[in-house]
Amino acid sequence: MNEFVETILALEWHKPKPAYDVVIIGGGGHGLATAYYLATRHGITNVAVLEANYIGSGNSGRNTTIIRANYGIPESIRFYQHSLELYGTLEDETGCWIMHSTKGLLWLAHTESAMRAERARCLLNQACGAETVMVTPEEARSICPQLDLSGGGRYPVLGASYHVGAATARHDRVVWAYAQGAMRKGVDVLQHTPVTGLLRDGERVVGVETPNGPISAGLVLSAVGGNVSTVAAMADVRLPIRTHPLQAFVTNAYALGFGPIISDTELFCYVSQTARGQMLMGAEFDPQPSYSLGSSYNFLQSCSAKVTHLLPFLRDLRILRQWTGICDISTDFSPIMGETGVPGFLVTTGWGTWGFKAIPAGGEQMAELIATGRTPAMLEPFRLDRFARELPMADQGSTGTR
Amino acid sequence: MPELDCPNCGLRPIEEFTFGGERPSVPDRITDPLERDVDYAWMHDNVNGATSERWFHAAGCRRWLTVRRNTSLTGMTPVE
Repeated sequence: MNEFVETILALEWHKPKPAYDVVIIGGGGHGLATAYYLATRHGITNVAVLEANYIGSGNSGRNTTIIRANYGIPESIRFYQHSLELYGTLEDETGCWIMHSTKGLLWLAHTESAMRAERARCLLNQACGAETVMVTPEEARSICPQLDLSGGGRYPVLGASYHVGAATARHDRVVWAYAQGAMRKGVDVLQHTPVTGLLRDGERVVGVETPNGPISAGLVLSAVGGNVSTVAAMADVRLPIRTHPLQAFVTNAYALGFGPIISDTELFCYVSQTARGQMLMGAEFDPQPSYSLGSSYNFLQSCSAKVTHLLPFLRDLRILRQWTGICDISTDFSPIMGETGVPGFLVTTGWGTWGFKAIPAGGEQMAELIATGRTPAMLEPFRLDRFARELPMADQGSTGTR
Repeated sequence: MPELDCPNCGLRPIEEFTFGGERPSVPDRITDPLERDVDYAWMHDNVNGATSERWFHAAGCRRWLTVRRNTSLTGMTPVE
């Protein structure tokens, strides 16, 4: 934590108590949002959030900050649309400025089959409450004047779906807003407290081991990102998850405004402008599973080659920095939330490349599950036991998924 | 660029290969045959360290390879 962050947060960091009602492993967006909603909606404040590093140091601080709901199956669309709406009111609710800005998202199509997919997406989105409409190339160009409709001669834009409600928010501030809101209600956030093991009483999980000693808990929730398989293995829980790196980069500031978010399934890339004016780009996750946060030149090369076809002005910009997050990619590209079959141990995982947009809804619904002991209707399709019931929620609605 | 050492084609960029998953291993503690099937079909070890994977050289010799590599390290670092 640097001085800047401490001034914004004005928080007291805590020493662990020996026991809590709920211990949440992972101080990222999902963990802190769950703690926040437990405290504010359900009055459960004897909660600790354990973070191995500093809060938001994992994927919550490494994503491309896009908030959207134009997914491919009804259950997902409703869930992400709810999240998008919660994001819209988060600043009023928490009193923290998260730099939320509604931008609209253009999802480009370069072939007839992609056009068909985008038309289907629009209809399904509209039916499930997310506003998405088809636009012609000319309309796309009026939304984004920088767009080269010929796609550099290789990827002509035949049309696009326009997701009106898509937005961006500053990812660190989202994490801090939830941390601050939760801590004001009495939640303990313990940074630099890795979990090294789980305490078991027979089958039941009754607490966690940390380097500072054991902490007992009425219930343990894993809100861990890429390392979730390691934590779940401590509880003998098997997950349908592989950890893949996902890379992104920013350029120097582009002085002219760049309004919307551009996304493209055929080129596997997405582009938006940060509040500082930098152009932020990402692509699909790396094909090989890995826990390494190392970045590659190869990614810069391939991603730049793709996006400069669509947005030629990017050729004049310089790449400032790149980074990598390790994503918990689930087999069906949908999140896994809820009970694990092991008493006292819940997970919210499988957030792959689509976790940031889901932070408010994921936190709210997990808090309801913990408080009431019943799976909310919105989470029912995303339970871990869907795989045993042969009901996977296959949804390749994320740009980074093939 | 991450490269994979194909026994037939030599060092080739990772783009030429298709990931086929790690070799499935169902833990012995799972005894129920149905649960073993579910685990075999869906669950992954997701090892942080040495692992054994299948890769298909789609744009090369078009053969399946077994690759030993270390997932803690960047790229396609093999295990000696």
